[in-house]
Amino acid sequence: MSSTARGQTPSQTVGPYFTMRLSGEGENVLTTPETVGERIRVEGRVFDGDRRHIEDALVELWQADSSGRYHHPADDRTDVPLDPAFSGFGRCASDFQTGAYSFLTIRPGPVPHPNGGMQAPHLSLTIQARGMLNPTFTRVYFADEEAANAADPVLQSVPLARRSTLIAERVENTDSSVPTYRFDIRYQGDDETAFFDV
Amino acid sequence: MTQIYAPRAHEDHPPFLYSDYKSTVKRSPSHDLISIVQTLTETTGPGPAWVDLSDDDADLTTNAGTGGEAIGQRSIITGRVLDEDGNPLPDTLVEIWQANACGRYMHWRETAFPAPLDPNFLGVGQCRTTDDGEYRFLTVKPGPYPWGNHPNAWRPAHIHFSLLGPSIATRLVTQMYFPDDPLFALDPIFQSVPEHGRDRLIATYDHSVTVENWALGYRWDIVLRGMAVTA
Ligand SMILES: [Fe+2]
Repeated sequence: MSSTARGQTPSQTVGPYFTMRLSGEGENVLTTPETVGERIRVEGRVFDGDRRHIEDALVELWQADSSGRYHHPADDRTDVPLDPAFSGFGRCASDFQTGAYSFLTIRPGPVPHPNGGMQAPHLSLTIQARGMLNPTFTRVYFADEEAANAADPVLQSVPLARRSTLIAERVENTDSSVPTYRFDIRYQGDDETAFFDV
Repeated sequence: MTQIYAPRAHEDHPPFLYSDYKSTVKRSPSHDLISIVQTLTETTGPGPAWVDLSDDDADLTTNAGTGGEAIGQRSIITGRVLDEDGNPLPDTLVEIWQANACGRYMHWRETAFPAPLDPNFLGVGQCRTTDDGEYRFLTVKPGPYPWGNHPNAWRPAHIHFSLLGPSIATRLVTQMYFPDDPLFALDPIFQSVPEHGRDRLIATYDHSVTVENWALGYRWDIVLRGMAVTA
């Protein structure tokens, strides 16, 4: 039973110095040798309203494992295996010179939607930075999952003109040894990334 | 049936665009946020899996590991992490970073402010909440520091707090301030919070936390989103 109802603590910016504590070396690598699933790389750049790169963004990744199970007690589906070698969380600070971020992870499995059906494989990204008083939340879908994307209730709820901002394209000609997807994050303008009120 | 979270109370948080804080002008979304039916993606999160990520301790006065002690007013910062219904949130990772007693950050980008660094103070710490939702840090009180937002701009003394909370929906990064700071009225980051919510960011001096002949005590509770009432 609750004691007293209280208001939410207001958000404040992470400021320019968050890397002192958040996003240490290697925190953008979600895999270990034991992790189950197809290795993929997700990379992109973060841009402001003038399409200058944001040199000090904190990008946080949250995703299901290769079977589509989240490493969290609220995902209590015992019929879906849980990979103990995959936490599903990573952090990356954007590059000061280019605004680039990247994650090495695994391709997530599909996750059910509470209204029925399955969601297409996707990643959840939370972006914060100096000059952002609140976090912004978006999702990464994969361009080569066309059928699943077409049936995804969240993606389909995004206005058609903005849906493509949530689709990561496969990058060819990369020196990465694993399939690589590109997902840029843009603030403001017609091609602003779709952000969700999660 | 998925348990879902109560809505984010946008009226209690700053707006994305607050033009007195100049960096928000080009870094705020211009489209409305798209509402979403919360799914497992939003109602789960890294908190439970990440609590033991690193072994940094909660004593910032000595965790530089130099064998020396940080210079400044020793201060205990403690409080509880609760949801909106007053339920304690145990096992929640609390990460903090701050300037030293002179207002200088130990960060490579901090070059403009010629205040001394303290070799015995990194300004970072973490702990996780107890079964009662309590966290506790021993640190030194940070100094105010100048920044480039407008002429002669100074931030009030503050400590940055990051909480993963139980799910993606509860993610919170915020700043804790100290009582009676004369810089509050002049700071657009503090002022960006709607007036009714500003007190929620200010710690209270608590003499019962103060330790005789050792350190001053401050109490600050943090409230994350609660669960929605479900039928
Ligand atoms: Fe700061």
